[in-house]
Amino acid sequence: MSLSEFFITFPEMSKESLRIFKKSIDGAYRNFSREYGDAIEAVFDPVLYFLVWFEKLLQNSPWPLVILVILILVYLGSRSIYLTIGSLFALLLIGYFGMWEDTMSTVSIIGVCTFMSIGLGIPIGIAMSNSDRARAAITPILDVMQTMPSFVYLIPVVMLLGIGKIPGLLAVIIYAIPPIIRLTDLGIREVDKEVLEAADAFGANKRQKLFRVQLPLALPTIFAGINQTIMMALAMVVIASMIGVKGLGQPVLKAITNQYFTMGLLNGLAIVALAIIFDRVSQSFGKRLQQHRSGSRE
Amino acid sequence: MNKTKIKISNLYKIFGNNSKKYIPKVRNGMSKDELLTKYNHVLGLDDINLNVAEQSIQVVMGLSGSGKSTLIRHINRLIEPTEGSVLIDDQDITKLNNSELLEFRRNRTGMVFQRFALFPHQNIIDNVKFGLSIKNIEKAESNDKAKFWIDKVGLNGFEYKFPNQLSGGMQQRVGLARALATDPDILLMDEAFSALDPLIRTDMQDQLLELQKNLKKTIMFITHDLDEALKLGDRISILNGGKLVQDGTAEDILMSPADEYVKNFVKDVNRAKVLKIKSIMNFSGVQNNSDAFVKLDDNIESCLPKILESEHELNVFDDKNKFVGSISRNNVADILKN
Repeated sequence: MSLSEFFITFPEMSKESLRIFKKSIDGAYRNFSREYGDAIEAVFDPVLYFLVWFEKLLQNSPWPLVILVILILVYLGSRSIYLTIGSLFALLLIGYFGMWEDTMSTVSIIGVCTFMSIGLGIPIGIAMSNSDRARAAITPILDVMQTMPSFVYLIPVVMLLGIGKIPGLLAVIIYAIPPIIRLTDLGIREVDKEVLEAADAFGANKRQKLFRVQLPLALPTIFAGINQTIMMALAMVVIASMIGVKGLGQPVLKAITNQYFTMGLLNGLAIVALAIIFDRVSQSFGKRLQQHRSGSRE
Repeated sequence: MNKTKIKISNLYKIFGNNSKKYIPKVRNGMSKDELLTKYNHVLGLDDINLNVAEQSIQVVMGLSGSGKSTLIRHINRLIEPTEGSVLIDDQDITKLNNSELLEFRRNRTGMVFQRFALFPHQNIIDNVKFGLSIKNIEKAESNDKAKFWIDKVGLNGFEYKFPNQLSGGMQQRVGLARALATDPDILLMDEAFSALDPLIRTDMQDQLLELQKNLKKTIMFITHDLDEALKLGDRISILNGGKLVQDGTAEDILMSPADEYVKNFVKDVNRAKVLKIKSIMNFSGVQNNSDAFVKLDDNIESCLPKILESEHELNVFDDKNKFVGSISRNNVADILKN
């Protein structure tokens, strides 16, 4: 091989070794999933049961009751009569156009994903804010979770757990959990150092500082994270439907493959309506949490 | 003088990764600048020795960067000393373990901060209750105590407001009430009134002195304002570059400043306003038969008309109306001319 050739063609590994390299990793993973797939699936059984139960609850309850409960939650969260009325119309239209059942499926999986993201994300965020080393370790993982194309990590998940709700749930959580982790960490780190020093001066221990000072003061930021997490979970609905998650994503997918424009548009608009309701409610709830910041002098 | 409450001995603080290593160098007289340029370590406190008497107000004064805020944080160990000891009632604070330190902070010290450092998410009564709730004191009891102190600092009716709804002066009253609510025997005040405007500052100083008459806490008060120091301090310590350059009463500082730095500090002070008759009077004077007199502990300014109008020396009486000496125009002229 001459020198000029070296500079023109990249010295890559041989096709043969690359093939063996890929094959051996795939093979090893296949063996792993055959060996442990069932066991790992069993771990998620309780989540699956809950998910199915919640979905059935939403679908089988009388629709006026479901709408009433949703409107009550919307009003309690936002304290806005306009948003409540708007939500009522959106839900009625969704039902009228025959998307009620799919919408309930989507609401159930988004709800469960959001709660799991919050339950996992806030403790991870707290751990991150506590130590720079944890932060240095977790940040690149979050970067990967947010930028890696979802299809890529869907492959091993599907290989391991097959097609269905749980792989969908995992895919949504992987995509949607980073903001809540990042913003919990940020919110706690942003707490005024002087206020923390005051807590120290009065003899607060670590736990007291966390629950009485850091978390309450970080709450508005954490809420911005929850809002982001919900939005990203909704954005994953269509991709999750590719691996068998029922809901508004499936008709969208069907519409894409068959070029049914109106069907795609209607279901897409239903997703948008859900997103707007979730977003406005969680935002105005978050804003109410920081009322002490906007209080004016009297 | 009361017994010693806080005894600080040979206290050093060096900021940096390898602080212990440079103690010997500082002992041998390495200056703050040299330590910084050669070894990139900051000398915070340099061999501080200070005794604070029980129930007194000890003012610590200095320009910014002189180490005064560092020093006060060694009393409740918000900053760890590099070397030396801080004895409070003969107990060495620097040797406490973690849980002992928390107990100590919960029960023995209260702290007031320059920029208030109130908890913005809690209303006033919860702020005042903070120290009590940390100690898990029963709700009814802590409510009563908080209300008592809110009343004491004159914030009745503001219990359920949030800190940012209050003016700076009111916020610092909350800070004071919060520090007093746990009934600590030591009060640490870190430039507590520096962020307030002058009228409110004077007001707060008066209120502190008024409270102290009954409270009789041991107070360490940090300030860069000499007038404030002279007004509040039973004793005044002056720090320069982490070194304690002088510790004494207001009179000591004014009448015999230890070095140029202190001299510069006090040169603009109105001495007549601060000093008392006894600092400048003539103890060997002879009583005359005029009716006019001044008292030993009167401050000079308030007696100026009397002294200046009098043709001859003026009698000075002590508080039992016993003659102790005399004072003349010349005595006053002496202290006013420098």
